[in-house]
Amino acid sequence: MELTLKKRNKKTIIPGFSLTLGYTMLYLSIIVILPLSMIFFNTFSMSWSEFYETISHPRAVASYKLTLGTSLGAGLINVVFGTIIAWVLIRYEFPGKKIVDGLVDLPFALPTAVAGIALATLYSPNGWVGQFFDFKIAYSPLGIIIALTFIGLPFVVRTVQPVLQNLSSEVEEASASLGANRIQTFTKVIFPELLPAMITGFSLAFARSLGEYGSIVFIAGNIPMKTEITPLIIMTKLEQYDYVGATAIATVMLIGSFLFLFIINIIQWVTNRKFNQH
Amino acid sequence: MSIQVQNVSKRFGSFQALSDISIDIESGELIALLGPSGSGKTTLLRILAGLEGLDEGAILFDGENITGVSPKERKIGFVFQHYALFRHMTVFDNVAYGLKVRPRKERPSKAEIAKKVNELLSLVKLDNLADRYPSQLSGGQRQRVALARALAVEPKVLLLDEPFGALDAKVRKELRRWLRKLHNEFHVTSIFVTHDQEEALDVANRIIVMNNGKIEQIGTPDEVYENPKSPFVYDFLGNVNLFRGRLHNGKLTQGQFEIDVPTYLDSHEEAVGYVRPHDIHIEKVQTSNDTVAATIVHIHLLGPVVQIELKRDDIDEYLEAEVTKEHFNQLGIKKGDIVYIRPKQLKVFIPEDFSI
Ligand SMILES: Nc1ncnc2c1ncn2[C@@H]1O[C@H](COP(=O)(O)OP(=O)(O)O)[C@@H](O)[C@H]1O
Ligand SMILES: [Mg+2]
Repeated sequence: MELTLKKRNKKTIIPGFSLTLGYTMLYLSIIVILPLSMIFFNTFSMSWSEFYETISHPRAVASYKLTLGTSLGAGLINVVFGTIIAWVLIRYEFPGKKIVDGLVDLPFALPTAVAGIALATLYSPNGWVGQFFDFKIAYSPLGIIIALTFIGLPFVVRTVQPVLQNLSSEVEEASASLGANRIQTFTKVIFPELLPAMITGFSLAFARSLGEYGSIVFIAGNIPMKTEITPLIIMTKLEQYDYVGATAIATVMLIGSFLFLFIINIIQWVTNRKFNQH
Repeated sequence: MSIQVQNVSKRFGSFQALSDISIDIESGELIALLGPSGSGKTTLLRILAGLEGLDEGAILFDGENITGVSPKERKIGFVFQHYALFRHMTVFDNVAYGLKVRPRKERPSKAEIAKKVNELLSLVKLDNLADRYPSQLSGGQRQRVALARALAVEPKVLLLDEPFGALDAKVRKELRRWLRKLHNEFHVTSIFVTHDQEEALDVANRIIVMNNGKIEQIGTPDEVYENPKSPFVYDFLGNVNLFRGRLHNGKLTQGQFEIDVPTYLDSHEEAVGYVRPHDIHIEKVQTSNDTVAATIVHIHLLGPVVQIELKRDDIDEYLEAEVTKEHFNQLGIKKGDIVYIRPKQLKVFIPEDFSI
């Protein structure tokens, strides 16, 4: 008797589990895994030494560093300011709030090339903003970070916003009535609640930045070894009909992105664990 | 700590949530704030805690006006209706929170904090769950964590908002008993909100009955139950039977049926007599003409008290009576019998008393 009961309990209550799981696997295979495996497949036509030479070319290595560095930088900037924007949008009432809220999504809607051209014009040495600075913004890694910050902004705002919305004010009141000051309440109570969402937002913005191309090429200047991003190297190789070389670099990006997302997922899993145990 | 609430009013927009509330609470009392949902109980409690501002009036703690003092400085323990535990902290860290956020000079050492937290956890019988997260606890356990967390800062006042509201009946009873015991040990001035009259009567040493943002009555459980000041309080605290009629010459007349009410000498065209079920006298044969005939509709045989539902024969109204099992057996009545009833004790209110 007990045995049968146990068995039944193991079954999930939500119907259609096997169907939806099967569908998910099929969908992922066609949409994600199949194209990605083509990348590996293409690189097999290279010898190991050819492959190694292509991916460890100084120009390629410099581009990895640049892409990674600027993506991390932009992701971190977005975590800070995206969280602040989400905070302001949830906690305060001010005229034009709806408009600001709508503006946040604009980087999603805008073709990235448009954003790239606009930013390049603004930040070029004699542009509206660029003219006030002694150092170069456009055509430098700084310009790339600005472009990536722009396109990554919505991710953090939109992941943190609902969490902040659902955070009951009672938790803050509890903290205050226990004698905590505002800073303590923020760092010990609110921030830990937001952290998982911030990490999610960061990883989304970061992943998006790794592969970003359209908005960067205009503002980056694409100087080899200095402001040339990895996706651009892939494009250049493709334009020279070096498909194999392009896929070799793409393989590196693929594995790199996967590794980073994997690490972020682990971090996320650790921070999320306490909220989800039952 | 003693608490004085002086003429406090609070408005939310155009809605008057509290009007002219005045209460004197002595140090060490255990007070129940009783009233229907929406009567302003939570609002009053939040004002006491400093979580909500007030429009008029003042709050005094030990004679000192603290109306403008922030919640952080009030030294109160607040237990929220939905516990408001910190989800990302273990039970231990939740309870330790109030000690850990103290300014460095007043903060106890790590070892002292651990000792204190463990003491509290064993007090609330959660010693073995110190490392759990709130999501891994049952409702009753969460409630006890919230209580331990509030007690950790050694508050001068403990405020509890419907502390047993969301729990099932058995756990409620247990926590109720436990709260009383806790209060006996610590003597910290405590106010708890409830909409359950039984809970209020059982736990508190004084009850504040609220309705529509006003205080209806303040008194000991005995006073408010035995001597309700308004129809609302009568109605809210337990079951009641109504006898509507005309008040004249110390008699409440209802058609042919007359009830003697010698203490009410003024005349009113409309008056309502309130009678508790256990104040209804039942007899099988009519011995005097101050009784009225009624048919037994239903009998609940539950433990030592027997509840009898009756329907009046003269008018279309139902009554509820309660007799002891012993008396019930003596009467030898059964469903469908016609009996004669008489209110042993009744309280008359005239329409002006009805605050609607
Ligand atoms: N922040 C608020 N804004 C507007 N109305 C409120 C607010 N808080 C409470 N109220 C209103 O005040 C009344 C009393 O609320 P409350 O004190 O929570 O009642 P209770 O705790 O007795 O159920 C309710 O009608 C409620 O809608
Ligand atoms: Mg309430």
